Amino acid sequence: MGWKDYAIALLAFSGASVALLFLILVGQGHLPLNPQRFKGMRWDLALNTAVSFVTNTNWQAYSGEVALSYFSQSVGLAVQNFLSAAAGMAVAVAVVRGIAHRRGEGGGETLGIGNFWVDMTRSVLYVLLPLSLVLALVLASQGVAQSLSAYVPAVSLEGKGELLPMGPAASQAAIKHLGTNGGGFFGPNSSHPFENPTPLSNIVEMIAQILIPFAFPLLYGRMVGKRRQGRVVFAVMLALLAIGVWACVGSEIKWGTLEGKETRFGKSDSALFAVLTTITSCGAVNAMHDSLSPLAGMVPLINIMLGEVVFGGVGSGLYGMLALVIITVFIAGLMVGRSPEYLGKKIESREIQLAMLAIIAPNFLILAFSALAVSLPVGLVSLANRGPHGLSEILYAYSSGAGNNGSAFGGLAANTLFYNLTLATDMAIGRFGVMVPMLAIAGSLAAKSLVAPNAGTFKTDNATFGTLLLFVVIIIAGLTHFPALTLGPILDHFLMTMGAAL
Amino acid sequence: MFLKKIPKSITFLFWMTVMLGVAYPAVVTFASQLIFPRRANGSLIVMKGEVRGSSLLAQKFESPRFFQARPSASDYAYVGAGASNLGSVSADLAKAVAARRAAWEKGFGAPAPEDMLYASASGLDPDISLEAALAQAGRVAAARSLGPDARAALDAAIRAAAAGAAGPIGPPRVNVVSLNALLETDPAFAAARIGG
Repeated sequence: MGWKDYAIALLAFSGASVALLFLILVGQGHLPLNPQRFKGMRWDLALNTAVSFVTNTNWQAYSGEVALSYFSQSVGLAVQNFLSAAAGMAVAVAVVRGIAHRRGEGGGETLGIGNFWVDMTRSVLYVLLPLSLVLALVLASQGVAQSLSAYVPAVSLEGKGELLPMGPAASQAAIKHLGTNGGGFFGPNSSHPFENPTPLSNIVEMIAQILIPFAFPLLYGRMVGKRRQGRVVFAVMLALLAIGVWACVGSEIKWGTLEGKETRFGKSDSALFAVLTTITSCGAVNAMHDSLSPLAGMVPLINIMLGEVVFGGVGSGLYGMLALVIITVFIAGLMVGRSPEYLGKKIESREIQLAMLAIIAPNFLILAFSALAVSLPVGLVSLANRGPHGLSEILYAYSSGAGNNGSAFGGLAANTLFYNLTLATDMAIGRFGVMVPMLAIAGSLAAKSLVAPNAGTFKTDNATFGTLLLFVVIIIAGLTHFPALTLGPILDHFLMTMGAAL
Repeated sequence: MFLKKIPKSITFLFWMTVMLGVAYPAVVTFASQLIFPRRANGSLIVMKGEVRGSSLLAQKFESPRFFQARPSASDYAYVGAGASNLGSVSADLAKAVAARRAAWEKGFGAPAPEDMLYASASGLDPDISLEAALAQAGRVAAARSLGPDARAALDAAIRAAAAGAAGPIGPPRVNVVSLNALLETDPAFAAARIGG
């Protein structure tokens, strides 16, 4: 397929997926496997949820055990957990094929960047499904529920009767981490003892969510036939991850409390999970980010604002980072006064424009929607916290949507018409507004002939380039978001150290 | 061009749904029910044929005869569980913590451990710190009129639970639901029930 064909297949498939999921969620009252007889979702919440799961965001404005049937969870949501992850992987390998394509050098004259359906099937069958089967059983061995029975009537030790929730949680929790989806089966996500019962299951879940994102930059090196190129990208991602872990765990140990945390994880494992779930676009949480100390809560926010490129979501992290690589190559070209090249292909204005579009789209959405929400009563009424922390809740929501992360400062009451619709838009543009320009770059690069390297060629596989890329990532996000961060988490931090109570 | 891809999308979606939405969860359910039936079914606590909760989910314990669980922002609801989501400078949080501190100091005559001041993430955290469990033992023993031997056995049970839970990873902790279930079933503690 050429890039346009590939992109159209992606969009058609995603459209069909949103439609199917929407119908399942709205019509769950008439569908099987609904022992608690939940009614269909309201249309705006169903639309928000359908877009959320198809875009690999898994933002949740509902609570699973309160609102969804087993059919909606397993046949609706979990299927999209797999397919949205597979779509990210498919687009990533297609983009890499475009970069690696050698015209007339055994690569053939065709300008194809792969077949969407083949890439989807391979991602599911060879990677996601086998890993999920193993992981689901490991989680079940730790106590994650996996049952289709109705909620169990129980009498507490003090004699109070109540229904105990149940469900096929292990099968869904497995792919939720492996596919960096993050949508919890239960409302409290991975802090719920039925979804993450032990310190061991916690470690397994953390490894599962970084596994495929860690593999992608290395896969990239192999696919372009120059492993050092992949290792440079990997090293930049790892450096950003190390900074995040240091900042988040450090501030949580110094300033954090146990509010919104589970005893079995404690402060450091909660902070570590918060970093890993936001460098990847997973978004599962084992502690409430809203109750992290202000600077520790800012780390997940910054991870998302960087564009989910510090490893990022499965596949999406790599193609997101490649947009920044192209910008870095362009800047390096300006600095040394040569026309920019990357892996033997000339980078021209079309590629730069498309890469800028992929970078600007999510960042613009974050700031524009946040500005809208803080100016309207319908935006402010949902806040749980006053003062700068309230601004953080809104910033986090639109960052999480645009970055397709899905975690939240959960105090924000997001199940309103305003938030459901603005966040659905945020998520959709944040996903496809990056995928389509990146596929276009792939198509454009695939058609280019190779330029022979010479003494003046700027090397992109060494520490100099890695450092430059690191700073480009930080500067783009910093220039865009630092003003908002000073009004949110940074001000919040100083209020806390002053002992303020709002 | 877009419309031409729709039929293919629907066919693909159908088969993927059959595989990932039906076959996959069915296989996982079957296998986990076969290998780990107790855990896959929610680690239920069953006494005399009646389900008394799950050892993984906290319950509301108000009677002095039981060890208290960590504070819950959702009042220990099994369905609709959740957290306060209050930030560091929240006046509401400060007020709640002050009330919990006062209640603890009044009830147990000792400074409150941190985990008993702050609400958990899930609202259903079944664990408390070893410190919080030991601090409550005296009041529970008094409410159950435990003799010195039973009191010593209670402390030993708490320490054994903490040691068992800690393992190689994770902080030392005591599962308060299992501990309270033990109080109700172990004759050493249950026998005193008549007196208490």
